[in-house]
Amino acid sequence: MALLEVRDLHTSFFTDAGEVRAVNGVSFDLDHGKVLGIVGESGSGKSVTAYSIMQILAGTGKIVSGSIKYDGRELVGAGEDVMKDIRGNKISIIFQDPMTSLNPTYTIGKQLMEAIMLHTDRNKDQAWDRAVEMLKLVNVNSPEKRMKQYPYEFSGGMRQRVMIAMALACEPDILIADEPTTALDVTIQAGILELMKDIQKKMGMAIIMITHDLGVVAQLCDEVIVMYAGSICEQGTENEIFYNPCHEYTKGLMRSIPTVDSDGSRLEPITGTPIDLLNMPEGCAFAPRCDAAMKICLKKKCERIQINDMHQAACWVNVKKAAEEGRLDDLTAAMSETEREEALDK
Amino acid sequence: MSDGTMTKQTGQPIISVKHLKQYFDISDGFLGSRPLKAVDDISFDINEGETLGLVGESGCGKTTAGRSLLQLYKPTAGEIFYRGKKIVTKSDIAEFRKKATMVFQDPYSSLDPRMTVADIIGEPLDVHHMYSSKEERREKILTLMEHVGLNSEHAARYAHEFSGGQRQRVGIARALAVDPDFIVCDEPVSALDVSIQAQVINMFAELQEKMNLTYLFIAHDLLVVRHISDRIAVMYLGHMVELGKAEEVYSKPMHPYTKALISAVPVPDPKVAKANKRIALTGEIPSPLDAPSGCPFRTRCQYATEQCAAEVPEFKEVESGRFCACHRLSEIN
Repeated sequence: MALLEVRDLHTSFFTDAGEVRAVNGVSFDLDHGKVLGIVGESGSGKSVTAYSIMQILAGTGKIVSGSIKYDGRELVGAGEDVMKDIRGNKISIIFQDPMTSLNPTYTIGKQLMEAIMLHTDRNKDQAWDRAVEMLKLVNVNSPEKRMKQYPYEFSGGMRQRVMIAMALACEPDILIADEPTTALDVTIQAGILELMKDIQKKMGMAIIMITHDLGVVAQLCDEVIVMYAGSICEQGTENEIFYNPCHEYTKGLMRSIPTVDSDGSRLEPITGTPIDLLNMPEGCAFAPRCDAAMKICLKKKCERIQINDMHQAACWVNVKKAAEEGRLDDLTAAMSETEREEALDK
Repeated sequence: MSDGTMTKQTGQPIISVKHLKQYFDISDGFLGSRPLKAVDDISFDINEGETLGLVGESGCGKTTAGRSLLQLYKPTAGEIFYRGKKIVTKSDIAEFRKKATMVFQDPYSSLDPRMTVADIIGEPLDVHHMYSSKEERREKILTLMEHVGLNSEHAARYAHEFSGGQRQRVGIARALAVDPDFIVCDEPVSALDVSIQAQVINMFAELQEKMNLTYLFIAHDLLVVRHISDRIAVMYLGHMVELGKAEEVYSKPMHPYTKALISAVPVPDPKVAKANKRIALTGEIPSPLDAPSGCPFRTRCQYATEQCAAEVPEFKEVESGRFCACHRLSEIN
């Protein structure tokens, strides 16, 4: 049993303009001690997936259906009491903006101790010691002095270290990091990513790393999920996703970023504009922007296809490719005859 | 030539910046004020037809440099030359602004929400009286929109009806309206999604070819800068520390700060990323209100000596077309 099992998660925001389906049938497993990267652009549903796990959605947001199991316990519909025990204790989250995540009117020490005392039996002195210990762990110099300072006395990188210390103070099994380095400069970002890697080795927690930056994923992750328009396009080990992308969107993303050995020639952008979540197409959400789109892509969303043991992709192009290479059976064993025929554009 | 001037096959210098300083007075209450040295004595040339990438971390003065170059601020000291002519008087500035424009970072706040796209793009034309009839104005606006890949039916719409990438196209059309030959692009793609970034980057390159534009491309994303730039300049705490051909600066950085900066770039390739040895920087960027004496980078530099604390290293040409400001350059390279 995986530590965290997300199954067919649907989360929507009910706005005046209509239902915005931010997360549309997301399923994945997270094992102990693994680093899972979730990549996607704005509006892909990567953050909403994380907030659904923590059940910290904004007022209009609601988990419509699906299941989230932590250590075998169902969290969807479990109620606030259960979630209070889970949040911070078992699953912690850090956010993008370290500037607004801390309360400016309390000292760093008070905020750290509050988190510790809320979740453990430690008294004030013990909580102080634990907080100092955590600050040391995240490489904050002279932690005793820093405990008495206010957030404004910390730089962005230091605040993010404090947030990590706070999130890890109760030794959670899972740390969700929602774009933790996006607001930071590259040299500071590199430090934070290295720190997360080190601590992960020391404490052994699992990390869900949410980011738009494929560079960040490449530094840190064991497994990668690529999201587009609320659905998972592709999922697999880091090497599979980077070196054998099997969804047209992932391929497009990889082509469109400048790399170390790009030679100044034109990039290959993904054409078109991002999807309007209020107005989703019938078939594959990426089809309107996809150069390889076939007839079936516009009609029917592709379910996940097993590419190999370490890799799944929801893209019809794989079926076409498999047919050309004569290994259709491995790939489409689970499909019905009509589905197969449709997939081949017959 | 000791102050960053050079010629390159792309053409003669279109912009020359000499010893530019831009200080801001920060009030200390009744104690008076002290200067924040946002840009502290930088000199460089931008050659016709090239893209000069300007990189550095937040607070290093790269945006201020771009803005004071365009005379959006009144520079504290230093000289700016446009095609060899020094910009001094108000009429020089007015003339200069027809030739030098700007694209801003945030496509959301840089467009007036109450103006239609046509009026946003047409405003520079109005300001500089660049048409003789309404038809001509409309004609010009539609041509500009076509250049940046917008449809004519977008003309009557408002900025909020567009996605980030399209808004940035509007911003670029506005910058092109006066038919400039030099554009300061201040982080023009950093607010955009990855898949849209590439569209806009390509458009910059195409427009450059088509209209023979020269860019100062300010950004913090080193992979993007390396991709688009002919040369790269690196700033740290108001100073320029290195300048050279993009490829050379990226693959063989000379200044200890550039080395650290480039080693920290998150490369989107797991094998490369895991093999990379990062040069860790200790400490934080000092406040520009309280900059260290001598070399601005010395407080975080592993090679710093007493000389670095005493003297500001000269920004000088160390190889043909390669400039660097470091006392210990020969020892560490």
